Amino acid sequence: MISVEIYRNFMQIQRPPTTPVVAPSEEAKDFAFTTRLADFIQWGRKNSLWPLPFGTACCAIEYMGVVSSHYDVSRFGAEVVRFSPRQSDCMLVLGTVVEKMGPVLKQVYDQMLEPKYVIAVGVCASSGGFYRAYHVMQGIDQIIPVDVYVPGCPPTPEGIIHGMIRLQEKIQRGGIVRARDRHKLIGK
Amino acid sequence: MQETGTSSSVSNSGMLPEFASAFASEILATEDFRGDVTYVIKPQRIREMIRFLKTLERCPFNVMMDLFAMDYLKSNTEMPERFAVIYNLYSLPSNARVRLKAYVPEAKPEIESIHDVYKAANWFEREAWDLFGITFTGHPHLQRILCHNEFVGHPLRKDYPSDQYQRLKTSIRSTGM
Amino acid sequence: MLEQVTENGRPDGAVPEADSKYMRLNVGPSHPATHGTLRIFVELEGEILRDMKLEIGYLHRCFEKMGETHAWNQVIPFTDRLNYCSAMMNNVGYVMAVEKLLGIEVTPRCQRIRVIMCELSRIIDHLVCIGANSVDIGALTCFWYFFRERENVYDLFEALCGARLTTSATRVGGLYKDLPDGWVEWAKKVIKQIPRTLDDVDGLLTNNRIWIDRTKGVGPISKELALDYGFTGPCLRATGIAHDLRKASPYYGYDQFKWNVVTSEGGCTYSRYLVRMGEMRESLKILEQALEDIPEGPVNVADWSISLPPKEQVYTTIEGLMAHFKLVMHGIKPPVGEIYSATEAANGELGFFIRSEGEGRPYRVRCRPPCFAIYQGFPEMALNQTVSDAVSTLGSLNIVAGELDR
Repeated sequence: MISVEIYRNFMQIQRPPTTPVVAPSEEAKDFAFTTRLADFIQWGRKNSLWPLPFGTACCAIEYMGVVSSHYDVSRFGAEVVRFSPRQSDCMLVLGTVVEKMGPVLKQVYDQMLEPKYVIAVGVCASSGGFYRAYHVMQGIDQIIPVDVYVPGCPPTPEGIIHGMIRLQEKIQRGGIVRARDRHKLIGK
Repeated sequence: MQETGTSSSVSNSGMLPEFASAFASEILATEDFRGDVTYVIKPQRIREMIRFLKTLERCPFNVMMDLFAMDYLKSNTEMPERFAVIYNLYSLPSNARVRLKAYVPEAKPEIESIHDVYKAANWFEREAWDLFGITFTGHPHLQRILCHNEFVGHPLRKDYPSDQYQRLKTSIRSTGM
Repeated sequence: MLEQVTENGRPDGAVPEADSKYMRLNVGPSHPATHGTLRIFVELEGEILRDMKLEIGYLHRCFEKMGETHAWNQVIPFTDRLNYCSAMMNNVGYVMAVEKLLGIEVTPRCQRIRVIMCELSRIIDHLVCIGANSVDIGALTCFWYFFRERENVYDLFEALCGARLTTSATRVGGLYKDLPDGWVEWAKKVIKQIPRTLDDVDGLLTNNRIWIDRTKGVGPISKELALDYGFTGPCLRATGIAHDLRKASPYYGYDQFKWNVVTSEGGCTYSRYLVRMGEMRESLKILEQALEDIPEGPVNVADWSISLPPKEQVYTTIEGLMAHFKLVMHGIKPPVGEIYSATEAANGELGFFIRSEGEGRPYRVRCRPPCFAIYQGFPEMALNQTVSDAVSTLGSLNIVAGELDR
């Protein structure tokens, strides 16, 4: 049974004014609530992210810290780490992606099913970081779309968790079907 | 001065007298800087020399620690040739180190491979080829090891700009092992 | 995940025949069992590996080129990211090479602090290695246990230099900062807890039937072959050769401490595990002794052309201000020369070859990574065994891609 608090939370979510909200009748308020289907699905989605750690470098070690007991990412519903792209919906790019790795990243991303989200963890994945060098990709957004960038080299576990929370907020705001044409414009 | 970083030189004066006498005509110079002994040698008989050092009776240099190249293009001091290949050998029984340095010309950067003397040399030579373009003759598959296989040029040469990226165009393929 | 039959597995481009008894498979570079970015082409007969080719370079971050384009002290952050499991030891290895080039010796207090940080780093590196190795084999518990201790050590690092993983705590001629107040007592408390965790994991693994079955005699390498491939560190000591640079050519007063070089016989995954477990205990011994009597005094050398003058001197004297300005603007100027300096890092001999042209930045920084040599010998260990054995062997080698590809 979903509690009244959750119902109230839903009511606070901003929605377009055109959407009619039908409140339950007075006697039904104790055990029922109404919401939009999209909100409900996004609520489920954001709290059960299955991350795919695309770990290449230092940030992957910090991610180990995130999933281990001290920081415990399962508090945010994202502890089911899957190494198969087909079983996961949130890709965490942890570490430097070099030119040689680029196609691999792209292929793994393409294998993920919609809806899928990408967090670029660390400055290397976000922008190349301080590796302004001949073999380092200057940010993974050159080949795949990125939802959240987490700064830091490497980010602290708090930083990575913060990035995940921002992604959850973003998921809650989004629609059921994501427009995925964006990356066709910027990617190759 | 701090002598702790590496093991000290083989001996204080002659370093490796057996080696020096066996290859007297090949050794161009001997350097001793901060306790690091370096023999500057001609590149032609490198395999023999390495083999000699590996089987040296008194202190067999049984570990090849490092093999890499140098580019002296922008050096302030005049060097005999643009490139050099440096061999860093270590003798486990006597805790001694020796460095061999062979200059190779820019027009024909070539030296014989020692992959069958030390198994370790295989990848190190590939790396030197990848980053500097030094050809190791006799190497079984001298191919790129660190850079992607569409890379043009040799990035650690001094005339290669550090931020000149090269995009990899094709998708995943083997580099031919 | 990216398992697919490669198109041209061989230089001659030979495609396997349809009725061939071998199956070709690509593992990695994004695969949970390859720890980062290793790629392996394997040729299988049933489940037995008959041939394998390794491909590296999926984390080639141009360390050596970056070293040429940055000032002497600016290279230190790049060294962090070589072996990111134990960043501090790379820092120490690099600055020790520069100090050798300069011909200076750091202060006794600095030496001792570096020893403490190095040994803490060695412990957390081995924790990651054994933890990840056990996860590969299926023992997830040890990983949680170990990461608790790692977090405690991270807190110590954070108190010292503000960073958990990539410390950059050393400077040429000293350290970024002296130890904060109360750090030593804190560190003593932390290292008192570690043996309990080690005992726990010892109890879970060392005599565990499954663990022994999965690791004993798996991925063996002989002494001769290990030397020929240039093995150093725990992988060499697991074959029975008691070689450790901290004993062979002691630096920073390692000869003053009472500790032993841990060796094991067989060179298999199990012996590598035993060596790493033993080494953590030896590191704890060193730490206990090192934390007892840290020498007093400054942590930076007094020479203002190498390390920055103290802030009060900069703000109150013209000499201090000028020295600060000159060091920041022009950098350290080591004499012209080439040196090689090696330290015993967690995976083996970490060497730095440096050429100076007497300028504010290195002419060439060459890093001799221990992993590069070790990973090259991996096919010798893994061939003619099953795929699952190869996974347990690979985990025990602790190949860190940042160091392998630089």
